[in-house]
Amino acid sequence: MNTIYTFLGTILFVSFTSTSFAAEKVGFNPEISLTLDGRYGSYSNNSNYELPGFMLGGEASRGEQGFHVGHNELSLSANIDDMFYGKFTTAIADHDGETEVELEEAYIETLALGNGLTAKAGRFFSDIGYLNNQHGHAWDFVDAPLVYRGLFGNQIIDDGVQVSWLAPTDIYLKLGLEATRGERFPAGGAANDGHGANTLFAKFGGDVGISHAWQFGVSHWQADVNGRTSGGHAHGSSTTTEIPTFTGKSKISGIDFVWKWSPNGNNRETNLKIQAEYFKRNEDGNIKLAGSSPLETSTYHGEQSGWYLQTVYQFMPRWRVGYRYDQLKANNTGSDVSVLAEAGLDDEGHIPTRSTVMLDYSYSEYSRIRLQYAKDDSYKDSDNTFFVQYIVTLGAHGAHRF
Amino acid sequence: MKNYIKFSIVLMLLILSIPVTAAINIFACEPEWASLVDELGGERVQSYSATTAFQDPHHIEARPSLIAKVRQADLLICSGAELEVGWLPVLQRQAGNNSILPGKPGYFEAAAVVKRLDVLVTIDRSMGDVHASGNPHVHLDPRRILTIAMALSERLAVLDPEGQIHYKKRLTSFTQRWQQAIKRWQQQAVRLKGVRIVVHHRDWVYLFDWLDIEIAGALEPKPGLPTTAGHLVNLKKSLTKNPASMIVYTQYQNARAAKRLGKMTDVPVVQLAYTVGANEQVKDLFSLFDMTIQQLVEAVK
Repeated sequence: MNTIYTFLGTILFVSFTSTSFAAEKVGFNPEISLTLDGRYGSYSNNSNYELPGFMLGGEASRGEQGFHVGHNELSLSANIDDMFYGKFTTAIADHDGETEVELEEAYIETLALGNGLTAKAGRFFSDIGYLNNQHGHAWDFVDAPLVYRGLFGNQIIDDGVQVSWLAPTDIYLKLGLEATRGERFPAGGAANDGHGANTLFAKFGGDVGISHAWQFGVSHWQADVNGRTSGGHAHGSSTTTEIPTFTGKSKISGIDFVWKWSPNGNNRETNLKIQAEYFKRNEDGNIKLAGSSPLETSTYHGEQSGWYLQTVYQFMPRWRVGYRYDQLKANNTGSDVSVLAEAGLDDEGHIPTRSTVMLDYSYSEYSRIRLQYAKDDSYKDSDNTFFVQYIVTLGAHGAHRF
Repeated sequence: MKNYIKFSIVLMLLILSIPVTAAINIFACEPEWASLVDELGGERVQSYSATTAFQDPHHIEARPSLIAKVRQADLLICSGAELEVGWLPVLQRQAGNNSILPGKPGYFEAAAVVKRLDVLVTIDRSMGDVHASGNPHVHLDPRRILTIAMALSERLAVLDPEGQIHYKKRLTSFTQRWQQAIKRWQQQAVRLKGVRIVVHHRDWVYLFDWLDIEIAGALEPKPGLPTTAGHLVNLKKSLTKNPASMIVYTQYQNARAAKRLGKMTDVPVVQLAYTVGANEQVKDLFSLFDMTIQQLVEAVK
């Protein structure tokens, strides 16, 4: 009864004072935001990059040497009407000397389903893990954690739908499902007529007192992979191109945790963030080396895992320091060890690790300059990498998620 | 996969079946609006403030706990005028609550119902963190509070029509007490007329507009940017030419800049409560203005 009155009252009120609910909104519609990202990279060794035990794909690489531009992103977003929100992000980046336009995001999202339900459709960052759904320019380091590089090809982006539900409780509890195409790395081939991958995630979060906030997540991704190709293991003088190709089932499970502290919950002066994620991937199927003659194949059972722990501390306004430790592990078996080795799946008895430190300075919330050094032991040839990076945003305020 | 879906649905039904309380659930972006809605709604409202007087309302993290609160809210009361632009839209989009979106009765922007100051015609980021829709710190003018109270009371009656008489009564009572308080404050503040004050950020514009106080400068070189040594030197120069009576800052702002300029110029430094809850004496909107005016008057004695 109460709701009916509320409803009638609302209609009456709205019809008499139709503009009074209108929120003040000045500025462009849609909101336009351009992120500029430029870098200088330096490496101490020039051998081809690899992560032993991992088939690399997507955007997995250690980046380029010298001066280069990173991901320059143009993003448009707006409430389409009172039911839908839409966002479009395109990244323009150079890969191997060629300028490529990538469609990073193109999705619509419901605003008004109510009862805690939200649905999303289109191309979006998967909600697997913690960092995955954030834009690269919001990350605290120049590059992705090794486990993201090794398992996700830096980031899982896919086409499909997502449904999530938020519980009406003081403890934050969000459950979500994604059904996606599975064309892009780490899936491939868009199996099952273009529904090749599914994701499940749950996130929990809350505050501890006034100064601490935390979030914990568990997620699971699985795909029927149909012909996922990879750069594989580089082998110098060979002139024939053999492309390692995986077909089979792939499953990734992970947990993620983030904890933030700021005195009295006021992050202007100082604040601290600690985050960690762990993922494990199991794959079952076979590997073939496309282009080899006669065709070389092997059964393949893969077990790859990795984690990172990072902490970023803003010690005074504008200045932050950060440290990240990465570690990976692979244990892959199959009927033909040499085929697996060709595909980059031999861990070569090496445990990839990396230690990274960074220092960044943000003149305002729209501009940031970063220095980063890493002792990179992700493959046998130990590497020292330096980066200088700027990230600036023109246009709309980028409201960041937790 | 199917089992997961079943599990999710069962869990959802379980949680949905938890009885909810009768009061209107209010999510106030800042403590001043929680305080105001408590005055106007009494026991018919249950208010929660997303921020405290120790937090800068421009810069709040869209924390999971806040999303969970917005999910359960019947009414959001915020300053608006882009004050919360860095975090509120994220909360609104993530909460899956269709009654608190912009344009809905469950979303109330205080700044939208009053005339705003500092409205700029052209905007450029080189001017700092400025808002096209004007200065959002409207709660520091008690006359504007009264206008906002009237609009908010109407809104409560829309959301909870059974309480219409209750809200009217409470508004009448609040209005009487508030108007008396305004008279008292204006008498107490007579000597503040024309006084020059250095501020940290232009969050005191409405208070100063009401009391005819002049802003002698800001510690922030541009809105939202931290103070620099060079800027303090320039401020000192301009203060030697045209002196100020005091330097004010609030709990969520760095005290160092204010104190340094105080030392450089021998001008007294005062920490003013920006909003309710800044210290033990400031329990509600009445005591907020009581304290503020008392502190200002004492500083110019």
